[in-house]
Amino acid sequence: MGMTLLGRKVGMTRVYTEGGVLTPVTVIALGPCTVTQVKSAEKDGYAGVQVGFDDVKPRRSTIPVIGHDAKAGTTPKRFHREFRVEAGQESGYTLGQVLTVKELEGQKYVDVTGTSKGKGFAGVMKRWGFKGQYASHGTERKHRSPGSIGSLCSNRGFGGGLAKGKRMAGHLGDERVTIRSVDVVRIDADRNLLLVKGAVPGANNGMVMVRPAVRLNKSKQKKVAGKGE
Amino acid sequence: MPRAIPQQQLLDSINAGQLKTDLPVLDVGDTVNVHFRIVEGDKERVQVFQGTLISRSGRGLNEMMVVRRIVDEVGVERIFPVHSPMVARYEVIRRADARRAKLYYLRDRAGKSRRLRDRRRGMKHVAAPSA
Repeated sequence: MGMTLLGRKVGMTRVYTEGGVLTPVTVIALGPCTVTQVKSAEKDGYAGVQVGFDDVKPRRSTIPVIGHDAKAGTTPKRFHREFRVEAGQESGYTLGQVLTVKELEGQKYVDVTGTSKGKGFAGVMKRWGFKGQYASHGTERKHRSPGSIGSLCSNRGFGGGLAKGKRMAGHLGDERVTIRSVDVVRIDADRNLLLVKGAVPGANNGMVMVRPAVRLNKSKQKKVAGKGE
Repeated sequence: MPRAIPQQQLLDSINAGQLKTDLPVLDVGDTVNVHFRIVEGDKERVQVFQGTLISRSGRGLNEMMVVRRIVDEVGVERIFPVHSPMVARYEVIRRADARRAKLYYLRDRAGKSRRLRDRRRGMKHVAAPSA
């Protein structure tokens, strides 16, 4: 896992990219993040780095958080998140070090993690994309219902009820979602902005985490290799 | 939750750099020349598309305009993003009197009835950008 930066989703707009192509982008106000804790294998059992983002009034924070962040020599932060690094790599990070969007310069693709918008209790059509039932031909009050969910012995090959994870109505959204390998359109280091192509999970002003893309598909691998990276 | 970042200002500032500031006044009904850049390989040339502006829609960066012309008695419409960097410039050839915002009725017209009346009202708002 690479370095993870924290930010806030600003919103979406469109920008003209090379060749006059109008590209939909999400603007992310990324960082500056402060390293608030460095974890090592000897002391903590694994190597990792904790970063904090977004100043919060000390009055709105708690004494433990204020003390924790004071060790890194910063004001209390609203969000703290941790990412793993290879053992030994943690020495590259120092307490109080400030990570900005500049760290992502040169990256063509990033992974973006956020908390998706909550949709409440949703039916199977919205939640799983089921087709529902007929609109007419005698269908009454069953237009959006899932239909049969199978008999007691199906779905598993043997008895004992339905398979776990059977897709049914229930709570949708408000969960951690990662979209991988989104194109980096632009990096504005002066204003700590990152522009990525397309949508990003969550509402505007929501906290998002960005890391260099972990795994690329073949066509994207070729693009990165072609640019001599 | 308090707004930690001035969201709309940030988005506006990103858009602002892309908006064209030298746009002439382009009203629906005008006959315009659109100088469109065409990139072929590494060569670039400019193609001029002349026609009647029949629609403008959207706002700001998202604004589109529809230009209609007649080629060999066949109507051709092209939709241009007004602020596209691929449009080198706009030229207004002729101003005409349009009494509605969208001139889609021109699609059903042929012959003389396809013409638009020249603008007779004062050209005041043509000289200076309309407020």
